[in-house]
Amino acid sequence: MALLEIRDVTRRFGDFVAVDGVSLSIGAGEFFTLLGPSGCGKTTLLRMIAGFDQPDAGSIEIDGKNMVGVPPEDRNVHTVFQSYALFPHMTVEQNVSFPLRMSKCPQAELGPRVREALEDVSLLGMEKRYPNELSGGQRQRVALARALINRPKLLLLDEPLAALDAKLKERMQLELITLQKEVGVTFIYVTHDQEEALALSHRIAVMNKGKVEQLDQPATIYGFPKNRFVADFIGECNLLDCTVSAVTDGTMFLDVEQLGRVIATGANGTTADTKGALALRPEKVSIARELPAESCVNRFNGRIFDYLYTGDVTLYIVEVENGRRVEVMLPNNAVGRSSKFFEPGDAVQIGWRDDAGSFLPD
Amino acid sequence: MSPRAQKWVISGPPLGYLLIFFAIPTFIMVLASFRFAGEFGGLAPLVGTGNPDELSGLTFENYQRFFEDAIYLELFLKSFIYATVTTLLCLGVAYPLALMIARSDKRWRELLVLLVILPFWSNFLIRVYAWMIILGPQSGFARAVNGVLGAFGAEPIPLLYSPIAVIIGLVYVHLPFMVLPLYVNLEKHDPALLDAAQDLGAGAWQRFWKVTFPLSLPGVYAGAALVFIPALGIFAIPDILGGTDGILIGNVIKQQFLDARDWPFGSVLSMVLTVLAILFAGLAAWVARHQRI
Repeated sequence: MALLEIRDVTRRFGDFVAVDGVSLSIGAGEFFTLLGPSGCGKTTLLRMIAGFDQPDAGSIEIDGKNMVGVPPEDRNVHTVFQSYALFPHMTVEQNVSFPLRMSKCPQAELGPRVREALEDVSLLGMEKRYPNELSGGQRQRVALARALINRPKLLLLDEPLAALDAKLKERMQLELITLQKEVGVTFIYVTHDQEEALALSHRIAVMNKGKVEQLDQPATIYGFPKNRFVADFIGECNLLDCTVSAVTDGTMFLDVEQLGRVIATGANGTTADTKGALALRPEKVSIARELPAESCVNRFNGRIFDYLYTGDVTLYIVEVENGRRVEVMLPNNAVGRSSKFFEPGDAVQIGWRDDAGSFLPD
Repeated sequence: MSPRAQKWVISGPPLGYLLIFFAIPTFIMVLASFRFAGEFGGLAPLVGTGNPDELSGLTFENYQRFFEDAIYLELFLKSFIYATVTTLLCLGVAYPLALMIARSDKRWRELLVLLVILPFWSNFLIRVYAWMIILGPQSGFARAVNGVLGAFGAEPIPLLYSPIAVIIGLVYVHLPFMVLPLYVNLEKHDPALLDAAQDLGAGAWQRFWKVTFPLSLPGVYAGAALVFIPALGIFAIPDILGGTDGILIGNVIKQQFLDARDWPFGSVLSMVLTVLAILFAGLAAWVARHQRI
């Protein structure tokens, strides 16, 4: 049985449907992420799981018990808030022991358990500090220790890393993964940052306009997006509008606007004349002055239109002969001072295998 | 303009104001408390004319008189008790009010704050006289109170010209000075803190005593100082509502200056009051600083 069972949950604010018939089943020990742009309903859903908000329809069950109407203080669910919400008038020790004191834990147990919780987040020695004497990363850890000290069934994290700088964010991501493994508590993580979601989660639910667009493991979400929204929202993606001209033995022949004939696999019952888009990740496209013969079934001539140099990789925008622009990513692994391969105006060939992209019917 | 000159241009006027209207009068009062009273009121001259019947120069006589007669210390004690009771009652009434305003919809807050300060638009004395009518023996309020007391078999009590009337007047007049600092403090509280407390298992009562109240202490101290210090020296309310036994130290100071025309002794009482007020303000500031907020 799933630990958290959400069935057909809907929440409206006036005419606006924030969460629209969402059903999710989350197992014990899972690191689950709700990913979506701001306003997609992920935070509203999280607040309903925590108990701060009630669904207009549907049910939320934790451990088989219906939670609708149960106030947050009576749920075995804790939240790490985006602002951390540390109590400014309490020391680290007092903040972390707060849940224990609320549940009338014996005084003698407080000390050792606070020590243990602070050890989990490597904050020993900070007991007497006040929140305003801590760095952003340390506050984050205090919030985690406080939320985990009495081992809730579920830990909800509402964009907890949004306020940290990139370097610290990456370190905290690694620590979160380790911490979750160690304590074995189910994490439900809300973020709009797709890289964060891919790096942390066992499973991701991509949300848009109150609905779950796709629920899968990170690699499936990234590699096989189900629709245009997911393909576009997660990572860089070429979305090539096209029409299926013919299907034979699971192989599709696509007429791509301003590009030409493209061969793609994975027809899955798609029939001719279906309109849709070919989702093609920039790193799946090969680029060279001259591609070796027979290396790719789909191959086009073009010129470098522009590029984005980001250090480790360069994203080249290639304009093919018929006018279509395709993004191609290339690692900057050339040896020497200039690690870039091409300059704008260079004539190049681009190509990809028939199984490189996925066809998304409209 | 040099930064130094800029500093003086900005801080000069307030400094000058404080010097003329606070420092110099205080100095005059300190000096007056060590002088003799003039024969027909006012002060005797500092430098005598040589007439042996004439008092002049400085003396500790006024302070001696203050400490020799217990009645003045008793009056200070009585004023202290009244001011303390007033402060506590104001806190009790103002806290829920300020909390209610701070937690109400943003659109209503300004209007509600305006309603709190609305009484300031009419004259202070008129507002206190209004209480004379409300508390008077023929008023509906007094009859209702005595009706309830009568139902329990108690003797009717006069409301006006009683300590109750003075306390009611003091609380009424000082209430906005408690509400405003509390509101300003409570309004700034991050609602996420209450969410976090609730999320971590705190019920409504625990959320108030563990989060809201400790965080509001600076507002409590500010409000307490703004109520306690003026309530300690007030004379108009006991004058109007207190009757003959209702006088407080402020009334005696007023009497010394206006009726007895004994300026030096009035100055002594004022000095003691000022020193007490500074002590309490200092205490409040010290407590506030040693509380972590």
